[in-house]
Amino acid sequence: MRDLNEKDLRGKSLMRFASPQVFYPVAGRFAPWFAAVAAVLAVAGLYVGFFVAPTDFQQGEVYRVIFIHVPAAWMSMFVYLVMAFWSAVGLVLNTRLSFMMARALAPTGAMFCFVALWTGALWGKPTWGTYWVWDARLTSQLLLLFLYLGYIALTEAIEDSRRADRAGAILALVGAVNVPIIYFSVQWWNTLHQGASVSLTKAPSMATTMLAGMLLMALAAWAYTFATAFWRVRSLILERERHTDWVGAELERLGSR
Amino acid sequence: MLSAFAAVLRRDLTLAWRGRADVLVTLAFFVVVVCLFPFGVGAETNQLRAIGPGVLWVAALLSTLLSLHRLFAQDHADGTLEQLLLTPEPAALWVTAKIAAHWIVTGLPLVVAAPLLALLFDVEQEALGVLTLSLALGTPILALLGAVGAALTLGLRGGGVLLALLVLPLYVPVLIFGAGAVDAFLGGVGATAHLLLLGGGLLGALALAPFACAAALRIAVE
Repeated sequence: MRDLNEKDLRGKSLMRFASPQVFYPVAGRFAPWFAAVAAVLAVAGLYVGFFVAPTDFQQGEVYRVIFIHVPAAWMSMFVYLVMAFWSAVGLVLNTRLSFMMARALAPTGAMFCFVALWTGALWGKPTWGTYWVWDARLTSQLLLLFLYLGYIALTEAIEDSRRADRAGAILALVGAVNVPIIYFSVQWWNTLHQGASVSLTKAPSMATTMLAGMLLMALAAWAYTFATAFWRVRSLILERERHTDWVGAELERLGSR
Repeated sequence: MLSAFAAVLRRDLTLAWRGRADVLVTLAFFVVVVCLFPFGVGAETNQLRAIGPGVLWVAALLSTLLSLHRLFAQDHADGTLEQLLLTPEPAALWVTAKIAAHWIVTGLPLVVAAPLLALLFDVEQEALGVLTLSLALGTPILALLGAVGAALTLGLRGGGVLLALLVLPLYVPVLIFGAGAVDAFLGGVGATAHLLLLGGGLLGALALAPFACAAALRIAVE
């Protein structure tokens, strides 16, 4: 009997992690490591970015904000795709953990989106002389933030968690279909409305140290996303599975510590 | 199959006709919003002419948004929606019929009223055709996308504000191509590209939105 079970589990080893009970300790084991990696990489990346990388001959010191800005912008777009992916998996395979993963990712994605906009504004003031231009990238980033906020607002507004998961998943997928349309329409609108647009990618050739700093920060953002998503999904699992025995035992263990 | 489509369409149109006042509110809102803009930005003719198409489009978008909650709310409250979901007819079919009826009742009046209101903004008369056509192609997209949002927020507290947050980012491309069509025509570039894109968007939304909407309704009702 025991052999059969083990064989069964090995047979679908990946699907095994779709069970909240199995994934809960795994996420707990990995989250602190990812957090530590994120901290180390962020310190290294910021050091390289702010002290090692050379001053840009066109923009001076102000360009250094890209070490935060660009990784945040990358991450904000990527997290939305991952959210849409987990939503699709959840709707197709009917796995509860996929929905929880999507919901755990949303606040981190929204945070990165906001950071990208905020640092972009701070960079824009000295460089373009204004905090905001209706540039295609800025505008689509702003709309992405609205999509995130819509997703979070919708899933929080619905009390029944089953309905909240599925409604959020549909919204995430509709949003994912629309993201490229929004991006290209905004780009076209922008070229129609303001003759010569300001170029964001002015760096003629990026010094290797700059690239290294940016890569370190990007990896730090990845590790941070893993860590926060795992921690958040653990809370979601405890909340959703509170009626089960194993969560009761786990809560008692946490309480007695 | 088509008889089910026609039956739902006829039913919704009849219901809308019985409550005509409700429907007129959307049109009145559209007119009022459009008329507020000159008070806000000043009645200088050149300026009004420049912002006219954009104002009409934004007002049409807001009016559509305001009317969306009516799409499923009544049927949800009296149980019709559950009965419709239980029928063997494909849900996307009667959802499309409901959206079509909704557009005829709330969207079509805006399309008809828009050229008249454009005269208040002194928009060139040659451009009125393009404006009307862009609205005729664009407002059904707004209704289709909005229906998904309306189904997702069905029966939620604060659903109206939430609906706006969900749907407005999705409306941006329609607004860009709709208002852009008139600008392109006036700028001498020709509106064909914009109108073709709007038409393509309409077909795309018509193909996908009813299914997303039907799935969202199932989730909301179960």
